[in-house]
Amino acid sequence: MFATALQDLWYGFGVAFEPHNMMWVFIGVFVGNMVGVLPGMGPLATISILLPLTFGIKPVGAILMLAGVFYGSQYGGAICSILLNLPCHPPHAVTCLDGFPLTKKGRGGAALGITVISSFVGASWGITEMIFLSPILVILALKFGPAEICSLMLLGLLAGSTLARGSPLKGVAMTICGLLIGIVGSDIETGTPRFTFGIPNLFDGVEIVALALGLFGIAEFMKSVNQLSEVDTKYTNVKFKDLRPTRDEFRRSIPAMFRGTLIGSLCALIPGTGPTIASFISYATEKKISKTPDKFGTGMIEGVACPEASTHSSVQGDFIPTMSLGIPGDAVMALILGALMIQGVVPGPQLISEHPDIFWGLIASFWIGNIVLVILNVPMIGLWVKLLTIPYKYLYPSAMFFVAIGVYSTNNDMFQVGEVILIGIIGYILLLLDFHPAPILLGFVLGPRFEENFRRAMLISRGDVLVFVKHPISAVFIGLCALLIVMQVYVRVRSPKSLPTEMELATDQHHHKVPSPAE
Amino acid sequence: MLRTLVKKRDFYSGTLMTLLGAAVILDSLTYTLGTLTHMGPGMFPLMLGCTLTFVGVLILGTAIATPLGEDERIMPEKPEWFAWGSILAGPIAFIILGEFLGLVPATFACVFIPAMGDKEATWKGSALLAAGVTFFGVLLFSYVLKIPFPMFRLGH
Repeated sequence: MFATALQDLWYGFGVAFEPHNMMWVFIGVFVGNMVGVLPGMGPLATISILLPLTFGIKPVGAILMLAGVFYGSQYGGAICSILLNLPCHPPHAVTCLDGFPLTKKGRGGAALGITVISSFVGASWGITEMIFLSPILVILALKFGPAEICSLMLLGLLAGSTLARGSPLKGVAMTICGLLIGIVGSDIETGTPRFTFGIPNLFDGVEIVALALGLFGIAEFMKSVNQLSEVDTKYTNVKFKDLRPTRDEFRRSIPAMFRGTLIGSLCALIPGTGPTIASFISYATEKKISKTPDKFGTGMIEGVACPEASTHSSVQGDFIPTMSLGIPGDAVMALILGALMIQGVVPGPQLISEHPDIFWGLIASFWIGNIVLVILNVPMIGLWVKLLTIPYKYLYPSAMFFVAIGVYSTNNDMFQVGEVILIGIIGYILLLLDFHPAPILLGFVLGPRFEENFRRAMLISRGDVLVFVKHPISAVFIGLCALLIVMQVYVRVRSPKSLPTEMELATDQHHHKVPSPAE
Repeated sequence: MLRTLVKKRDFYSGTLMTLLGAAVILDSLTYTLGTLTHMGPGMFPLMLGCTLTFVGVLILGTAIATPLGEDERIMPEKPEWFAWGSILAGPIAFIILGEFLGLVPATFACVFIPAMGDKEATWKGSALLAAGVTFFGVLLFSYVLKIPFPMFRLGH
């Protein structure tokens, strides 16, 4: 087992080191790091914009690049949090709490240095987890029949919608809307057009690019326009030599880093708990076990090292259910899965054996990408810091062009541009009503497969709905779903000051200043 | 009771989802339902519609059960109608100009109009930005990616 995994990894490095794949990894992490730094742009909007550009390249290169944008943006997001006190990226919101006080003390450079080290440690562990855990999951998942797949998807959808930000009920509502949007188009079995309003352009369904760009592009731009505060660049003069932490800072960070890594990797295993939740839990833990908890918030280096390590270990771990089971945990993973499907790759447990180049190439590219990111962030910190000052008024109009041309180029059809405008308006209305549109994408990507498996399970069981609890593995998933619901109700009723509420508060404090891009 | 209810944001969120769910149920009944063993195209949407209606009612229920919050406004403090309009007008202009005049004017308009929505925007600044994006954008999409979209055209 161990030996085959290493052998496969070796093969993966062969794929990732091919010159054109190396180039896509580099472009991906570079763009990711850049948008991570830019206040007002998130990985979701960026991946949606880049998605149509990847249609022309091979699946391996496309996935390597899009994944690079995601983890690259995590490196950049920390810079924004520590130096500007702007939690532009939800996973790094908690880093502000101690990162910015450090900056005010003149130790911002050291905080960034520690961030890069913690990120690399966290990411390395996350990748290792993926190498050894995914094949085991696949062995299990290959035994799954339609009933098991269906229950597992239900669990994934429920976790993704209730554990994300905001009200769990609204999350579920958004997921159902996503499933419904996934239905638009011709029915797979009978070919009956459903919810198409008689428009022939909709017979093939709603375009994922239009959906993502409308919700995470246009709607977010409408929310952020003229709302972003002036960026305070007083502390942004950080040079390469400032990154060196002192011996004491380094000594204190190391255990925090490992605790963070552990928490992040555990969070990655629970579907729906992405990097944001991991970073909040790890900060809370670090504060709790510290000998001086009252000093947190005044510039404790542990308060930077721990959440950053856990964010990165969870970001890499997020790929495990996506790639090995075909079940994405959040909207970013749903987009990456969508990109795979556009390329004609069927997601699911058979992906590793059918497309080993994608799976092992991706893992190998994580190593390469993370090393490139460390190299990019350490000597070039001056460049990234300069990017912080690019005003939003230049960013969003330029992005609008990429939205329009990107969605046009998916089918070379102006109808799609109209579709993206309409979805943007709906997305903004949903944002105004306090809905977070990210679970829509989750539902949309899983929807068609969910329906197909549900129908198949019903056909096999001859219409017996109880089949989902009669099969033992499926019953476990259904049990977990029930547990999740009971837990949510319990948390809401018993203690309103539980962790999710604390999290919301922390993100909402800055909410009025900086509308954060949807996770 | 009713008067405070209509002030709550979640009253509208819940109503919207309930109505949407009801609409889905009504529409899914027009397709063949089939039996549970042989599900027709209408069955799955019908189930989703029922769930959505149920969740919508639950959201409404929580709106009734929770006290009026501090910030229940739906619209932001200062509605940015002009900025919103200009962001949406960008891609609309892209469609119209793209159909009749070609990629270059469409791109220019699609950047220029949203740029004017910023409160600090100037004609010159927006035009410069639009020109810059047009230059690099056309270079990327027409020459590198070769999308079938003429740079200039007259009529359809």
